[in-house]
Amino acid sequence: MTLSYILTILVSGLKLGAIYAIVAIGYSIVYGILRLINFAHGDIMTVGIYIILVLMNRAGLPIYVSILASVAISVFVGLLIERLAYRPLRDATEETTLISSLAVSALLQNILLLCFGAQRQPFMLPGFLTQGHTIGSVNFTNINIITFIITAIFLVALFLLLSKTKIGIAMRACSENMKAARLMGISVNKVVMVAFAIGSGMAVIAGFLLAGEYKTVYPSLGFVPGLKAFCAAVIGGIGSLGGAVAGAFIIGVTEILFAGLMPTSYTAYRDAFVFLLMVVVLLFRPNGLFGSTKGERS
Amino acid sequence: MLKIQDLVVKYGGITAVDGISLEIGQGETVALIGANGAGKSTTLQAVSSLVKIASGKIFFEGKDITKAGADAIVKMGLVHVPEGRQIFTRLSVEDNLRMGAYLSKDKKRDEKNREWVMDLFPILRERARQVAGTLSGGEQQMLAIGRALMSNPKMLLLDEPSMGLSPIITQQVFQVLRKLKEEGITIFLIEQNAYDALEISERAYIMESGRITLSDRSDVLISDERVKDAYLGGAV
Repeated sequence: MTLSYILTILVSGLKLGAIYAIVAIGYSIVYGILRLINFAHGDIMTVGIYIILVLMNRAGLPIYVSILASVAISVFVGLLIERLAYRPLRDATEETTLISSLAVSALLQNILLLCFGAQRQPFMLPGFLTQGHTIGSVNFTNINIITFIITAIFLVALFLLLSKTKIGIAMRACSENMKAARLMGISVNKVVMVAFAIGSGMAVIAGFLLAGEYKTVYPSLGFVPGLKAFCAAVIGGIGSLGGAVAGAFIIGVTEILFAGLMPTSYTAYRDAFVFLLMVVVLLFRPNGLFGSTKGERS
Repeated sequence: MLKIQDLVVKYGGITAVDGISLEIGQGETVALIGANGAGKSTTLQAVSSLVKIASGKIFFEGKDITKAGADAIVKMGLVHVPEGRQIFTRLSVEDNLRMGAYLSKDKKRDEKNREWVMDLFPILRERARQVAGTLSGGEQQMLAIGRALMSNPKMLLLDEPSMGLSPIITQQVFQVLRKLKEEGITIFLIEQNAYDALEISERAYIMESGRITLSDRSDVLISDERVKDAYLGGAV
């Protein structure tokens, strides 16, 4: 095992972490406001990928146009799900909305199954994106760099949104004290819609990057990465955006290190390893690494 | 200005507010006094649409707001300063004030209101960039009132502004309420601290187990034997 091998898999681990981070933030924003664990979040990702495929292959649109159009459509789908499946349960318990989100997840996967069948479809990134480089002894591709740039842009944009804009501050206000937020005239529905729109839109980008990594698409593609992003949010301390990002990088890197360093007979267990990691972290830090120890909101 | 007609609010099987009616004129300061659990907070929450109303009607400036949403009510100029302050402890003092003006689209007016609030509560100017959770109880109460003032309200609903505050800080808060009164803001005040509430208000209602049992001018109530015994500890 050489240093260059370790550095190269470290780069792929960081890249995977960056993708998880985009998804984990979506989980965390929605959870922060609604205390809803949206298990359908990963499937929005899959919906987005299929829309990209359809627009590219059947409508013949260029890839970048397809991505942007898919973001727009998936944001609409996300808002529709919020309106139909979650808003009627606004006053219900967390368990109820969680079950509702699992139902939405199953529904989305089955709709995709119905429309596109169960067989895997190839998903190839354009050649430019997969072009490789070597710096020193580390190998990486353009898509690696682009992934890091996209994640960084999302993080900075989100930070600015949440700290500078009225709607962003209102989102933080809602996540701390929804009742007081309503007394300010803040429309909770509007805040929730913004959270779902941001989460869904970012999920499509993450989905595109992920499908490029897997080189294939199938109806349940987003579910497990969605769960891992959820683990990342939990490990970081769910509701804390910085924690979600840190958790995502921890998970991405350990997952790839596990897959890359363990004997090949064990690599099939890499998903199980990630979930085990979450269990271990929670045993020692029940609120996650960066979660507040003060418990629930007042 | 505010008129409540036969208001009933129920929590599950329990009737918290049992058919009360009251009226507050423009520029008046009116107190609602009663023991813990009498239904005072619930009454205010019903007005600002935080709890569902079983029956009855609420009017603000002649308009029926019984079914209006919380944001519509704030927009009309009726703002609720909730019990326990409920400031956003993780936001800065500045951002808390900014949220108070959430519905406003007039930046110049917001800036003017901000200056006005910071003149009323100079401590908020000093602490503008601090996270609100680090403020003392009294400062948090001032922030809660300041935040409500950011929306240029015509009327304030104040729920126990003296709760948990030392006598000196309580006096400071009431001092500010007097100033707001002078500026022509109508005030509906809930207090367990009956003496201060009767001192500042022109009229008061006494509430017991969901009903209004007595209402009169405050200077009359303050020397009423029943009120003295029940709410002023007989000590005044």
